[in-house]
Amino acid sequence: MARVIVVTSGKGGVGKTTTSAAIAMGLAKKGHKTAVIDFDVGLRNLDLIMGCERRVVYDFVNVINGEATLNQALIRDKNCNLLYILPASQTRDKDALSQEGVGKILDELKKDFKYIVCDSPAGIEKGAHLAMYFADDAFIVTNPEVSSVRDSDRMLGILSSKSRRAELNEEPIKEYLLLSRYSPDRVKLGEMLSVDDVQEILSLHLLGVIPESKSVLNASNSGMPVILDEKSDAGQAYADIVARYLGEDKPHRFIDEKKGLFGMFFGGK
Amino acid sequence: MSLDSQQNAHHSQILEFKSSTFSVPVLVLVGNDVIAIEQQLQEKIHLAPEFFKNSPLLLDLQELNKNALDIDITGLTRLIRKLDLLPIGIRGGTKKQTQHALDLGIPAHSSHNVTASSVSQAQQAPDPAPVAPAIAPATLMITHPVRSGQRIYASGDLVILAQVSAGAEILAEGNIHVYGSLRGRALAGVQGNTEARIFCSDLQAELISIAGNYKISEDLNGAVLHQPVQIYLQDHTLVIKDI
Ligand SMILES: Nc1ncnc2c1ncn2[C@@H]1O[C@H](COP(=O)(O)OP(=O)(O)OP(=O)(O)O)[C@@H](O)[C@H]1O
Ligand SMILES: [Mg+2]
Repeated sequence: MARVIVVTSGKGGVGKTTTSAAIAMGLAKKGHKTAVIDFDVGLRNLDLIMGCERRVVYDFVNVINGEATLNQALIRDKNCNLLYILPASQTRDKDALSQEGVGKILDELKKDFKYIVCDSPAGIEKGAHLAMYFADDAFIVTNPEVSSVRDSDRMLGILSSKSRRAELNEEPIKEYLLLSRYSPDRVKLGEMLSVDDVQEILSLHLLGVIPESKSVLNASNSGMPVILDEKSDAGQAYADIVARYLGEDKPHRFIDEKKGLFGMFFGGK
Repeated sequence: MSLDSQQNAHHSQILEFKSSTFSVPVLVLVGNDVIAIEQQLQEKIHLAPEFFKNSPLLLDLQELNKNALDIDITGLTRLIRKLDLLPIGIRGGTKKQTQHALDLGIPAHSSHNVTASSVSQAQQAPDPAPVAPAIAPATLMITHPVRSGQRIYASGDLVILAQVSAGAEILAEGNIHVYGSLRGRALAGVQGNTEARIFCSDLQAELISIAGNYKISEDLNGAVLHQPVQIYLQDHTLVIKDI
């Protein structure tokens, strides 16, 4: 059975698109045919992060309006032939998406794909609502700060009451926490919430911690999802996340401070 | 009746009448000063905006008429609607008030099942139909976290086996139990039951209220914060005691 994953947060700029690109690539690299959809109509940038912005002909809205078929609009990724991108429209406004239209496209994709990753826009308005409405699983991307955590909590409330699963009284959406842009040094200085603080407020299953990392910017500049940068800490964090989501048992990393050379030689906790 | 004839009688039923009991906030007016009514209503709404938004409302004019005061139903209805409340009935009105409400599409309700003290009303509207005996409302049990922006209303007791997040609102006509952190707003006895209590295993609430008597988080002193406590009313004051 295909699964629809929404990557959402409430708050803007926390790393949803970075995460969508990384996990979609990760799932495809593990051999699962995956589609990733940009729901951020008007502000598309998933195609930039995936490095396919110059190959966009048709978009999500064209397909909904019947101006193009799904096959015409889907872009095959240049690094992985099991990964396809459905870009958002840059020129339309948000009202171009309809619940019926989105539902139809997802149903069609489900026939052919194992995972469908929906990159949600920020906020809790229509675009974010449509991105989560049909989801089976939700990846809640949160930064370790109070306002982001609060918005995630709000989004969790919406998932559990306004989604299709909630409305049909089906088994609820499975919710996972992805704590992103985490910096153990800043946690220690009291400038950021710790993993435990966030867990205590949200009480949610932690799928992984993604460290604050320069590699993310480098990756998006070169149009390669950061998960392909296997040497980078953020890339490894996303690889762990994909593995855990698929049921592998991986201990959490990137929660404690990096040990300097001194720490490496002399051990200690 | 045989099974066959029953089935025949049913063949293309597309509607059904059911009797059901539900609870609706009742606005009991004691005075007729419209400005004071508006102000006090606003204050109440402010305590639980999510709860009151577009909430149905029953107007109770018994006390008002007991005090031989009159009120303009059209003006009152307009005021209530302006505050995003939706009047769905009137009770305890005079003949004139009741007719006036009916003209505005607001039906009259009987008030004979209200309180013991309200039985001997000469000016009551005639009973439209016998009212089903009130059944003690069941306990509402919630097993998942109540998240920011969510609101839960129980017409009896409310038991929550998870946390209540900041920005969430839980309301009960009876008692409230929270077996998790209580960080949002908790309002017990919302229909005026002063015997209602709130129990929680970790008090961090934004607001606690029993029968309209409330404390906000600023009023909670450090000794009770993060503690398992019970909250009850004593002489119109909230008492917070550890358990
Ligand atoms: N782990 C990280 N380390 C450093 N920078 C990061 C990390 N994750 C994301 N960023 C940066 O944060 C910014 C926002 O990321 P991204 O676009 O993925 O967020 P978003 O949640 O999709 O934003 P929006 O709400 O606008 O859609 C980008 O500049 C990105 O490079
Ligand atoms: Mg984005």
